[in-house]
Amino acid sequence: MWRVHRHVYRESRSTEPVIRIDGVRRTYRSRGGDVEAVAGVDLTVRAGEIYGVLGRSGAGKSTLLRCVNLLERPDAGTVTVDGVDLSTLREADLRAARQRIGMIHQHFALLSSRTAAGNVAFPLEVMGVPRRQRAARVAELLDLVGLGDRADAYPAQLSGGQKQRVGIARALAGEPKVLLSDEATSALDPETTGSILTLLRDLNQRLGLTILLITHEMEVVKRICDSVAIMTDGRITEAGPVHELLAKPDSALARGIFRLGPPPALDDTTVVDVTVVGDDTLISDLARTHDVDVRILDGAVETLAGGRAGRLRLALPGTAAANAAALDHLRAAAVAVEVHP
Amino acid sequence: MTWSEMVPLLWEATKESAYMVLVATLLTAVGGLLVGVALVLTDRGGLLAARPVNALLGLVVNVGRSLPFIILLVAIIPFTRAIVGTTIGTSAAIVPLTVGAIPFYARIVETAIREVSRDVVAAARAMGASRREIVVKVLLREARPGLIAGLTITVVALVGYSAMAGVVGGGGLGDLAIRYGYQRFETGIMIATVVLLVVFVQLAQMLGDLLAKRLSHK
Repeated sequence: MWRVHRHVYRESRSTEPVIRIDGVRRTYRSRGGDVEAVAGVDLTVRAGEIYGVLGRSGAGKSTLLRCVNLLERPDAGTVTVDGVDLSTLREADLRAARQRIGMIHQHFALLSSRTAAGNVAFPLEVMGVPRRQRAARVAELLDLVGLGDRADAYPAQLSGGQKQRVGIARALAGEPKVLLSDEATSALDPETTGSILTLLRDLNQRLGLTILLITHEMEVVKRICDSVAIMTDGRITEAGPVHELLAKPDSALARGIFRLGPPPALDDTTVVDVTVVGDDTLISDLARTHDVDVRILDGAVETLAGGRAGRLRLALPGTAAANAAALDHLRAAAVAVEVHP
Repeated sequence: MTWSEMVPLLWEATKESAYMVLVATLLTAVGGLLVGVALVLTDRGGLLAARPVNALLGLVVNVGRSLPFIILLVAIIPFTRAIVGTTIGTSAAIVPLTVGAIPFYARIVETAIREVSRDVVAAARAMGASRREIVVKVLLREARPGLIAGLTITVVALVGYSAMAGVVGGGGLGDLAIRYGYQRFETGIMIATVVLLVVFVQLAQMLGDLLAKRLSHK
C-alpha cells in the first residue's frame, strides 16, 4: 500500500499545491468584543514539502490549521486540499475527506480507554475496514513508528514521545497525502522533540507525506521545515522557502535564526552582516583578493533542514566608501549582505 | 418475635427491595444515559447544539431533582397507573423510583461526559468519525469509569428511596423497618433490616468500585 503512495508522490512532487488557503478569515465572538483569530491568510503548501507556520501562542495558528480540515469553519475564504474545496462537501463526503487528512495534536488526544493498537484501529473502524485486515494494518502502522512492541500498552503506560508516535501511527491509518501537526512536539522535552521531528522528516521522505505544521518553536522550523510562514496577530507577515527567506537581510525568520546583537558603532570601520549558505570560503577569498584584515565581530551558524547556513558580522578597516570593492565582492558571493551605517 | 417468625419476613422484604432497586437501576441507567448525553450534545458548542432544547431539558431535570421523593411518589400516581395499570405494589413503586433517579443520574452522566477532553473529540472529528461514533466510541467509552461510579451512587440513593415505597404498598426492607421496627417496637426486626440495608449498600459500592477501577486506564 505504501508503495502505491510513493509512486503518487514522485509524480506530484513538482510544485503542484496540495493545500491552498485563500483569504481565510475566522472571527470569534466573545464578551470583550470580536477577536479576529485569522485575519485574511493566503498560503500554499506544495506536494511533498514540510511547511511550518511559526508564531507565538494566540497568533491564530491553531485556528488556521483547524480551518484546513474544517474542524473550524472559516467565515470567509476557501481551503482546498488535494484539489477539493472541503467547504462545498456534504457531511458524509466531508467525513470521507477528513479520513484522508491526518492530524496530530499537542496533547496527543489518544483514547485513554484503548490500548496503543486500539487507538490506531479507531480510524480504521471509522473507515469501515474489516476486523481481520484491521489487525494487520495496525501492526504495520505501529512498526512504522517504532512501537511494534507496545501495541497492548494503554496511553497512561506510555511516555510522551511514545504517545505521540501512537498519534502519528493513528494519523497515517487513512494513508493520508497530508498530515496536519498542531504543536505536536510542544509538550515534549528537547530530546524527545528531536526524535519525533526525525520521524516526521523520515515519513515525509519515505511516504512523500506533505506536512503542514504549526509551532512556536524556532527549533522545529530549523530542524525540518522546507518552507515557513510567520504568523502574527492573525496575519502572515513573511512566507516562503526557508533558504529564500534566509537570503533576505530584513527577514524576521533570519533574524530569529541568526541571533546577532545590535551592531556596534566603530570609528573608521565598516560593519557588515553577510549571510552564507553551505560550505563557503568567502572570508579567506575576501582577505586574499582585497588584502583586507577581516575581523569577525559576531556570528551564528546553524544546521538547517536544507544544509548549513550562517550569518557573520564582519568588521573591515576604513569607511564603506573605501571598502566599496570588498563590499561588491561580498554582494556577489554571499546570499545576503547588510552594511551597517 | 422469634427468629423463625422474622426470617420469612426479612427474606420476603429483601427480595422486594432487590427487585425494586435492580429494575429501577436498569431503567435509570438507560434513561439517565439518554438524558445525560442529550444534555451534553445540545449544549452550546455541542455536537447537536440547540440552546432552547438544552434549556428545557435542564429545567425538567432540575424540577425532577428538586421534588422530595415522597412527594414525587404521590404526585405521579396517575402516570404510574397509566404505565403499570396499578398504583400499589412493588412494580408500581418502580415507576416513581425510576422517574426520581433518572434526573439524578442524568446530571452525573453529563458531568462524567464533560470530563472527556475536547481534544479527543476534535481528534475523532478530524478522523472523520460520525456523531454517533463520537458518542458511542469516544464520549461514552471514555467516560465509562465515571458512569459506573455514578451509577453506584445512584443505586445507593435508590436503596434509600425504596425505603419510602411502603407508602404505595411497595414493600421492601425500609417498609418492614417502619411497620415492624418502628410502629410495633420490634427492635429485632429494626436491627436486622438496618444490617441488611448496610450489607446491600456495601455490596453495591464494592461492586461499583471494582468495575470502575477495572475499566479505568488513566
